Amino acid sequence: MTAYFFSDTAALTGRTLRHVTRSMDTIITTAITPVAMMLMFVYVFGGAIDTGSVSYVNYMLPGILLMTIASGISYTAYRLFTDVKSGIFERFQSMPIARSGVLWAHVITSLVANLIALVLVVGVAVLMGFRSGAGVSAWLAVAGILLLFTLALTWLAVIPGLSASSVEGAGAFAYPLIFLPFVSSAFVPTRTMPGPVRWFAEHQPVTSIVNTIRALFTGQPVGDDIWIALAWCGGILVVAYVFAMAAYRRKIA
Amino acid sequence: MTGHSIAGPAIRVRGLEKSYGKLEVLRGVDFDVTRGSIFALLGSNGAGKTTTVRILATLLKASAGTARVHGFDVATQPADVRESISLTGQFAAVDEILSGRENLVLVARLRHLKDPGAIADDLLRRFSLSEAAARKVSTYSGGMRRRLDIAMSLIGNSPVIFLDEPTAGLDPEARIEVWDAVKELAGHGTTVLLTTQYLDEAEQLADRIAILHQGRIIVNGTLADLKQLFPPAKVEYVEKQPTLEEIFLAVIGGDKSNAIGTTTGGQG
Repeated sequence: MTAYFFSDTAALTGRTLRHVTRSMDTIITTAITPVAMMLMFVYVFGGAIDTGSVSYVNYMLPGILLMTIASGISYTAYRLFTDVKSGIFERFQSMPIARSGVLWAHVITSLVANLIALVLVVGVAVLMGFRSGAGVSAWLAVAGILLLFTLALTWLAVIPGLSASSVEGAGAFAYPLIFLPFVSSAFVPTRTMPGPVRWFAEHQPVTSIVNTIRALFTGQPVGDDIWIALAWCGGILVVAYVFAMAAYRRKIA
Repeated sequence: MTGHSIAGPAIRVRGLEKSYGKLEVLRGVDFDVTRGSIFALLGSNGAGKTTTVRILATLLKASAGTARVHGFDVATQPADVRESISLTGQFAAVDEILSGRENLVLVARLRHLKDPGAIADDLLRRFSLSEAAARKVSTYSGGMRRRLDIAMSLIGNSPVIFLDEPTAGLDPEARIEVWDAVKELAGHGTTVLLTTQYLDEAEQLADRIAILHQGRIIVNGTLADLKQLFPPAKVEYVEKQPTLEEIFLAVIGGDKSNAIGTTTGGQG
């Protein structure tokens, strides 16, 4: 049965990808909140925030990209939830296929959909004056970290996708994630924050990821931040995967 | 695999129980379904029909008892069971965003068949969906959706097909279309397990009818057996539906109404 794992997953991925390409509005709405934030911060608040020699759009883009991913994965949860509710999930599970391919199809689709949204947001940022001297390897490193972060949050999204009892519930888990960048180094340097807030900001995953991407964009050494960022992403990925598989087994048991 | 389990019933259920905490949904269900026959599991909402089908389709584990489908044990040989069955769920499980043809091609690909496109086109013709083939399923009527749903279940020629309330929520015309499709299936030697809450549906289609009530099979026999057991007055489900249906079909016209009129006419 595993002999067909790849062809089954490919067939199912083709299906979920069509869901994305036929409702491009989901990509647009994924990108629209981060873009609106970017416009507001760059043209309204940005002037009041001291980011040193770095232009504000350059400063805040990494955080905006994480926000894009956080809002993108709520659609992953939504698509999976719809499959479970409509009964097509059960239809697939009752067929002689590699059953986990159904989940993998959603995961791969999530990566693709988020990638498109990220490209869109970077495009808008370039129009707003974002410039980077990063070379190919630095860009690849940025893409790698964003992909890993997407993968981790996607498996997190699988949990409500499988177990939520309403559409709202399936999407709502993403809101705290969308706002996590606000209490981090994403928009404002953490040194301006009062003690406990600053402590939280400096010890939550977004800050290390943002600092790493920012360093890569500006050609600075990434330091320890990259290892902390990778540890966070890897940790979230493993924990989310374990809980997602537990939710999955409950569903098919 | 084809040589396997030619003898014996297509489905054998013994002492099947399922409970969720204190709630007992199935309380010892036994029945056999003969190969190539249509077996109707009749019962009201909450009787345990869907639970039974979900256990047989390896989507749910039983709390106790055994079930074999096409000779395979659902608990210990689920992959073999899935090779032998097709499930059409209570709510038409079709992909709304794909077209009808894409739905069929997808299932054919997942069943690893050659030339999925040709299989899809053939089924679209058989189920009179050729004209709507390229349209998104979200634009389909309830009847078209259910026809597509059943067409998807036919791909791969599974020897055993489960139809969980195939006509729930359909208008009388669409219901007859589905009935015709089911009859055609059984005509080709497929074993059909059908759940329904409509007496006339069981009467129309089934070779054998079992009544599931509060998690137990309380009657199991042919229509003739059942008629002897129950004087018509006791069959409380019937209401006046067949007559209303005749009126409806006569009013909207169409030659199918005559056919159904004569068949249901015999029961009163």
